[in-house]
Amino acid sequence: MAETLHYRTATELGRDLESGAVSSEEIVRALIERTRAVEDTVGAFLSCDEDDALARARESDERRARGERRGPLDGIPVGIKDILAVEGQPLTCASRMLANFVSPYDATAIRKLKATGAVPWGRLNMDEFAMGSSTENSSVKITANPWNPECIPGGSSGGSAACVAAGEAPLSLGSDTGGSIRQPAALCGVVGMKPTYGLVSRYGLVAFASSLDQIGPFARTVEDAALLLQAVAGHDDRDSTSFKTEIPDYRRELSQRRGPWKLGIPKEYFGEGVDPEVEKAVRAAIEFYRSEGCEIVDVSLPHTEYAIGVYYIIATAEASSNLARYDGVRYTHRSKEAADAIDLYFKSRAEGFGPEVKRRIILGTYVLSSGYYDAYYLKAQKARTLIRKDFLDACRKVDAILTPTTPAPAFRKGEKADDPLRMYLNDIFTSSGNLAGIPGISIPCGFSESGLPIGLQILGRPFEEAELLAIAHRFEQAHDYHTRHPDLT
Amino acid sequence: MEYEAVIGLEVHVQIKTESKMFTRAPAGYGHEPNTLTDPVVLGMPGTLPVMNKRAIDQIIKAGLMLGCDIAPVCKWDRKNYFYPDSPKNYQISQYDRPICIGGQLEIELPGPSRNVMGEHKFIHLTRIHLEEDVGKLNHVENDSLVDYNRAGTPLMEIVSEPDMHSGEEAYAYLTALRQIMVQGGISDCDMEKGQLRCDANISVRPKGVDTLGVKVELKNLNSISGVRNGIDYEIKRQIKTIQSGGQVVQETRRWDAEAGAATLMRTKEMAHDYRYFPDPDLMPVRVDQDWLQNLRATLPELPFERQRRYFDSFDLPYTVTSVLVPDRRLAEFFEEAVDECGEPKAVANWIANDLLRELSAGGIGIEDSKLRPAHIAGLVKLVKDGAISNNIAKEVFIAMFESGRRPEEIVEEKGLKQSSDTGELAGICNEVIGANPKSVEDYKAGKQNAINFLKGQVMKATKGKANPHIVDQILREELDKLA
Amino acid sequence: MAQETIDIDYVANLARIALTDEEKERFSGQLGQVLDYIEKLNTLDVSGVEPTAHAFPLENVWRADEPEPGFPVETALKNAPAVRDNMVVVPKVVE
Ligand SMILES: [Mg+2]
Ligand SMILES: [Zn+2]
Repeated sequence: MAETLHYRTATELGRDLESGAVSSEEIVRALIERTRAVEDTVGAFLSCDEDDALARARESDERRARGERRGPLDGIPVGIKDILAVEGQPLTCASRMLANFVSPYDATAIRKLKATGAVPWGRLNMDEFAMGSSTENSSVKITANPWNPECIPGGSSGGSAACVAAGEAPLSLGSDTGGSIRQPAALCGVVGMKPTYGLVSRYGLVAFASSLDQIGPFARTVEDAALLLQAVAGHDDRDSTSFKTEIPDYRRELSQRRGPWKLGIPKEYFGEGVDPEVEKAVRAAIEFYRSEGCEIVDVSLPHTEYAIGVYYIIATAEASSNLARYDGVRYTHRSKEAADAIDLYFKSRAEGFGPEVKRRIILGTYVLSSGYYDAYYLKAQKARTLIRKDFLDACRKVDAILTPTTPAPAFRKGEKADDPLRMYLNDIFTSSGNLAGIPGISIPCGFSESGLPIGLQILGRPFEEAELLAIAHRFEQAHDYHTRHPDLT
Repeated sequence: MEYEAVIGLEVHVQIKTESKMFTRAPAGYGHEPNTLTDPVVLGMPGTLPVMNKRAIDQIIKAGLMLGCDIAPVCKWDRKNYFYPDSPKNYQISQYDRPICIGGQLEIELPGPSRNVMGEHKFIHLTRIHLEEDVGKLNHVENDSLVDYNRAGTPLMEIVSEPDMHSGEEAYAYLTALRQIMVQGGISDCDMEKGQLRCDANISVRPKGVDTLGVKVELKNLNSISGVRNGIDYEIKRQIKTIQSGGQVVQETRRWDAEAGAATLMRTKEMAHDYRYFPDPDLMPVRVDQDWLQNLRATLPELPFERQRRYFDSFDLPYTVTSVLVPDRRLAEFFEEAVDECGEPKAVANWIANDLLRELSAGGIGIEDSKLRPAHIAGLVKLVKDGAISNNIAKEVFIAMFESGRRPEEIVEEKGLKQSSDTGELAGICNEVIGANPKSVEDYKAGKQNAINFLKGQVMKATKGKANPHIVDQILREELDKLA
Repeated sequence: MAQETIDIDYVANLARIALTDEEKERFSGQLGQVLDYIEKLNTLDVSGVEPTAHAFPLENVWRADEPEPGFPVETALKNAPAVRDNMVVVPKVVE
């Protein structure tokens, strides 16, 4: 069994654990072996406390031996983007700024995950402070797309997507501010979901743009994604933006919500700027739903063209303030060159932040600065109202909206590295979902000629994750994209 | 030319709560450095703020006492600036939608003498908003050491209109403000502990001119007398500058109480660009009428209102009210005693003279006094009923203060009850008359004073327990018989 | 379209980041392009539109004033680059 263990889904592993066919410790050992075999190529991990994972796995096995089981994820390893606080573990955000930072506390999502018995597994690479769409902005290393190591895995949660695609973890957690879960999931051929803003507590998620950030799952199947979402969703009194809402049993709902659904196709997301192979795959997916009896209707999201601009104003403005705390004083990198207290800021931040982070802090500081606030930030907040309204209006007419997740499959490393604007346009189909706060999922819906995965994005009504998962599940049941794995040997 | 100063104050008052403004870490003063923190206080990556409901209750109460309009909806903003005492390098504050708007504070200026009430006036308020405090820097030789214990403490910023014209008025403003905050249980307002801090905006203009002069912000006015001295110093400086042909420059200056002078901190060119924007981590506060009604019901009477009631209902003199009113506990003690005995003047005198003297001699506060309002009420009744004399009452008071025992008990046990037994007293009076023929002669010769000597002798013989009125009466009767 | 320019020295000073001359030039150019792209917003009429600060607005999200024990001082200072007398050391702040 050991040679195939690493590509078993969390659901399958859960059954194996239940039947006694495998122990949690064996699963962790198999993943240790797998990462040793492929990490040189993939480079998804920033660090991994194997001893801690093994200890937690043994605790799970002992629980199970006593007849206790905390839930379907008890004993299952879950990779963690290095942006979520895990007590006693490094929390670097792939930044030199936090290179030596060890978190003294658990994020709420991590606390909940631990409570289910799941095993936090490694710290995953990302764009520095989640700023990027390729994971090339990590200060540590570049992660490869497991389908073609010459290509980027997407970002910012590139490590989270790549490790699941490469069989280094059955599940992982990432964060999505403008597409940072859905976009790498699409490019790596896995399932990635951004829940509704407020469904998963942000406490312990290092803030990039507070009004847009959400934690969400990566998995190889929709069912697995549902299990991981279940573990982390729910109200938290440490996050004032956390919503009080009934959390359904997502896995059970997968089979109970059967449609047929009314699905909207926004014309603004097709045509010019979309790679023909991507358009073809997504159109095929739409035809599948039609063949399943779903009603396919056109919807309009007229303010789509403003979304990227609005997104970059709001996200960088919030980031410029959120990242002010990394200053060389209390816990971050401190420059040894500082002449005085003020110089300490300038030098520590110059040394600690990479170019993309600096660029965004400068932009965000600018749009908030005296004389520009109304023209940029306030205007963007008003435009956000219109973008949000587009989606809420559309969602009154349809159950979900189908779009490509990305305009194109994964691009080559270095291709857009020095063209921030082109890089920003990778988020064109995903960032509106963050502005509107609605949930979105990306599932594999095909491959390009060159063998790179293509993602279908399904956007849904606020707090209707169950419906979204069921719609995605229906597609997955009828296709085998999720069973294909990259050849890494 | 004559000049007039125009002064507005920005006062920061720490709100008394158990936990911090946006997290559950304990709030407190005087603890070992960095022992009142948690991930939120330290601005650790990933942490988020959650409002402390009590802090909001408290600022609304403060606003209601100061006659502010309470905004139906207020929100939170981030004020961005870098400083080592600021854990996030932004302060959560309120920018364009503060919780309290407008309002006014009644102040009393010094009267012509301590015994005469001074002029009262109203200073208008612009706004009051809620924010979080920062940590504290301790400066040593080459370094500064940061203690984050104070960081995150709820802080109220009370901004006045430019309604004041002298250090004296600013002093009166702070005194009145502090009384209200303390009496309302909002803050202890201990300036030594940094619970009340004051900055002033000061400008001068020729008398009679309407427009405002160039303003200077004066910081670090960290004692109430420092406020008076610092402001007066700055007013003089500005007038001198203008009179010597110069111009006042818009800048921020720092008052140094020890040196008795202010130094330049920053010029207008170095002014901050705070980049305020709505804090995405916090939701707005909506205040409805029920909430306001519930808080209104908990408000104490304002000190000046109480004083006016003492004038009107109790006919107390200014000097006594100015002792009772500034201290809510003392005033409530007074009112409780009056409720029991109905003698406000007597009670007020006992408190203002005897009780305060004993408390200060014992170095204790009224809350630690064994003597309670009922004791004073009982004592006043005993004197009123003629059961003891005023002199005996003083003795009883000391005994009550020391032991906390009831006055009746003390009088009984020590046998201090005044004698009104006319038969017994007549015998003693006759004895005294017999023993002092000289005084009897004098009395008969028309010297009314002579009777006082005889009265004294009777009191001495009875160890002060004789009712002086009855003694007086008997003596006159007996002496008249001799005539 | 005229390229928007950022007063990079002013903004970098506000952001407390020391930039090299090369960085200043590169960022100015790149951010100018981004701002040009954002210019598109000027064609959008937002008069009468309320700004959105939160995706799903809530009100009165608070907690009771009940303290919980915080960090022991060692935990609070564990990641600090320099500590003396249980306080964080910074170069002397003059103001
Ligand atoms: Mg102020
Ligand atoms: Zn303030």
